[in-house]
Amino acid sequence: MAKKIHLTLNVNDEHKELLIDPRRSLLDVLRNDLELRGAHRGCDSGDCGACTVILNGKAITSCMTLAADCDGDTVITVEGITPVDGLHPVQKALVEEGGIQCGFCTTGMVMTAVALLDQNPHPTIEEVREGLAGNLCRCTGYKKIAEAILSVERK
Amino acid sequence: MEAKETRETLSFIFMVIGQRIPKLDAPDKATGRTVYGHDVKLAGMLHGRILYSQYASAKIKRVDVSRALKLNGVKAILTAEDNPPTKFGYGKDNVPIKGDVVRSLRDEVAAVAAVDADTAAEALDLIEVEYEPLIPLFDAREAMKADAPLIHPERKSNLFQKYKYSHGDVATGERESDVIVEADFELPYVAHAAMETSVVIASFDHRDHLTLYSTTQIPFLLQRDLAEALGIEGNDIRIIQTAIGGAFGRGLDIYPYEPIAALLARKAGKPVRISFSRHEEFLAAPMRQPALIHARAGAKRDGKITFRDAYALLDVGAYISWGSVTPLVMMETTASLYRVPHVKFEADCVYTNNLITGAVRGYGNPQSTFYTETLMERLAQALNIDPVDFRLRNANIPNEENQQGLIITSCGLKECIEAVAARADSGLRIADGESRKASNQSFRSSAISHQPSAIKRGIGFASTLNVGGGARIYRSDGCGATVKVDDFGHVSLITGSTEIGQGSETILAQIVAEVLGVKVEDVNVLNSDTDVKPWDVGVHASRTTFIAGNAAHIAAMDARRQLFETASELLKAKPEELVARDGFIVETRNGASLPLEKVARARHYREGGKVILGEGWYDPPTKLVDKDTYKGNISATYGFGTQMAEVEVDTETGKVRVLRLVCANDVGRAINPMAVEGQIEGGAQMGLGYALTEELIVKEGRVMNPDFLDYRLFTSADMPEVESIIIETDDPQGPFGAKGVGEMGGTPTAAAIANAIHDATGVWLTQLPMTPERVLKALEEQGKEGK
Repeated sequence: MAKKIHLTLNVNDEHKELLIDPRRSLLDVLRNDLELRGAHRGCDSGDCGACTVILNGKAITSCMTLAADCDGDTVITVEGITPVDGLHPVQKALVEEGGIQCGFCTTGMVMTAVALLDQNPHPTIEEVREGLAGNLCRCTGYKKIAEAILSVERK
Repeated sequence: MEAKETRETLSFIFMVIGQRIPKLDAPDKATGRTVYGHDVKLAGMLHGRILYSQYASAKIKRVDVSRALKLNGVKAILTAEDNPPTKFGYGKDNVPIKGDVVRSLRDEVAAVAAVDADTAAEALDLIEVEYEPLIPLFDAREAMKADAPLIHPERKSNLFQKYKYSHGDVATGERESDVIVEADFELPYVAHAAMETSVVIASFDHRDHLTLYSTTQIPFLLQRDLAEALGIEGNDIRIIQTAIGGAFGRGLDIYPYEPIAALLARKAGKPVRISFSRHEEFLAAPMRQPALIHARAGAKRDGKITFRDAYALLDVGAYISWGSVTPLVMMETTASLYRVPHVKFEADCVYTNNLITGAVRGYGNPQSTFYTETLMERLAQALNIDPVDFRLRNANIPNEENQQGLIITSCGLKECIEAVAARADSGLRIADGESRKASNQSFRSSAISHQPSAIKRGIGFASTLNVGGGARIYRSDGCGATVKVDDFGHVSLITGSTEIGQGSETILAQIVAEVLGVKVEDVNVLNSDTDVKPWDVGVHASRTTFIAGNAAHIAAMDARRQLFETASELLKAKPEELVARDGFIVETRNGASLPLEKVARARHYREGGKVILGEGWYDPPTKLVDKDTYKGNISATYGFGTQMAEVEVDTETGKVRVLRLVCANDVGRAINPMAVEGQIEGGAQMGLGYALTEELIVKEGRVMNPDFLDYRLFTSADMPEVESIIIETDDPQGPFGAKGVGEMGGTPTAAAIANAIHDATGVWLTQLPMTPERVLKALEEQGKEGK
């Protein structure tokens, strides 16, 4: 067991002080230490995007991010963008446009899309497709996901 | 049929059938509230890890776990000594932990339960295994030879099963043929690549009853199989299905990690979770088996097919799972896609020291549709007949029992072919001024191919036939359902069938809501616990909408009958004068109405009162195929579809870009068109991968590309325009006329793309995936022949 280290994070607008194993990924810390299980482990190698969260304003794969490197950083997870009542416009769009089947990739898709729309509020379909290319989905064929993201402004 | 009778009594103005209703489970999935297997945490739960063999074929001389046992945090270690005496799996040839011999690199030689996953992994490193390597067999052709080493010596042969099917007489078909085409095909291993890896949690209670949290698709068969594997009784096992993060056939059999988790949990006295890493998933989950196929077909000058003859050699790996039954589906495509008077199909399923193979969406059909439909295209070329016309001349027709014994009732194949053909003239071709009709050209786009550019464009077609009304591969193909209406008018559907992402929960809720006249969101669906739900054979064979849908429909009709019975007393009307609408039971003559809850309470709170509890069981009127001839009506109805691919081939790099995929599917009736499109579009993603990018490269039994960087799924940026066309044929036995669609989305894609590549370049691709290297090689060979 490696010696534990101290980690300070701002997660979903809450200040967190943690004592963690320095080998832990951000995904591990979110899922296990903070019980935020909306970020999913699909590959543990940064290939599938199911673990996507927003770190300091940027969508990243939390499985490939060492938690120890995030000291003092700001993390937003799917739990952080979900309103107490109802859904975030991106979530609402994915639900209504049929962009969700098994749902395992969905939370990662949501976070990628939130970051994408933050940086580019009026994307073209090509920009959406490119922007989601790091998030794999095995169920939907992506069409309804991309259409949902495009429809967010209208929601 | 009960379903048919009840359907006729219903109004044909549907309230929720045919609506684009969002999935009921989608909001929780969008917000991260859904609990998948990976999210389940039980008190005191341990983490299990499996040690796999280092050799594909070896004797195990010694396993020493003493060092691992001393590691702090290790709670239990399993070796072959802990195995119950029985074997399990479809072929009854597997055990949890391998003892004397390992037969593949995915063979389990030990397993550890520890306080966390890292400790378990560390413990695996401390287990010493001494092997004596044996000569491995990696080639199915070698395995067929008489002097080949035996994978399972007690079986006396590596040939697990031989399939021999025929109808008509192929020799006669050959004599009648004006043209005969043939080719050899080579098809790869393919992974389900569900986004969630395999996961299981096993927990025993004080009575020694096992609860298994599982992503299985066959909870009731797993109860039986697991009991057998553990040497306990089925009623000692409760299966709870967690939310399932994709399945696609992965969960259709018992696999070793499930009894291993249970044995570890029993040995440690604590719940144990085993969750696969992605690497492990690519190694140990059951793959689509590779196949070597030789196929021939003939046709007459008038455009009628005369015969088909195919032989498939399937490498089913070291242990038998459902991969060995896929020839049943291959023979169905070979024998029954289009009307073919003379057919022969043979297949050999052979043991090797390769990976275990199982069911993957389409279940043999993507393979057989690839050879069948590319041969169709070759016949059309050889006859110089428009490929669309050729297909139309041979298309299956409604209300015909064919020579295989399939009773085809509703059939929209012609409509599917025509619908995609109509789209061939639109879109990009029009943009190029290349409208086929305008120039009266054949589908061979010679004008485009003659462009000086290295980029060649082409279109190709392929159709598919798939079971759409269940598939009787077990003595029951049934599903049970209960519909409950409580004192608050709240409706619960308890169904045997499971949501695996495909949307069955919502479809079944729509069926119940339509019958009871309530909103879809007012129907709660319970479908995940074998202690609660009635039996179902499993989520496979595109059967849920049809089979579980009929069961839910029958149960809802029973609940409605009870509501009408009580309401007729209260409203002083005959039951046949009542309808259920907007949460009320309404008297049609005078409009008098009662809310559902009032009727339910009136029935309940009286002397001799009862609650509203509708019962449904549906087992389709089908047969197991004859064990010698393989003939018989396996499904209550059949689904059809046609796809058209438009591709660009870069003849300098070999890269194929699909520009457009138009998919028409006969689904009987689309209970939820958005969900149907989702199945077609998602199927297309798998079909595109099968065609162009997906191949699990297995060298000497070892997976060379066990990650998503090297096993390439289509991403959102790779996808072409996918257009779905829904053809409705109102199936006579389907719930509200619906039939299955789950697997058809991907079955014809590879053939349509191969045909489009041929249209563009004149070369035939016979090996999947059609990678740039393979396309270039085919183009080079064409160049050599040209000289």
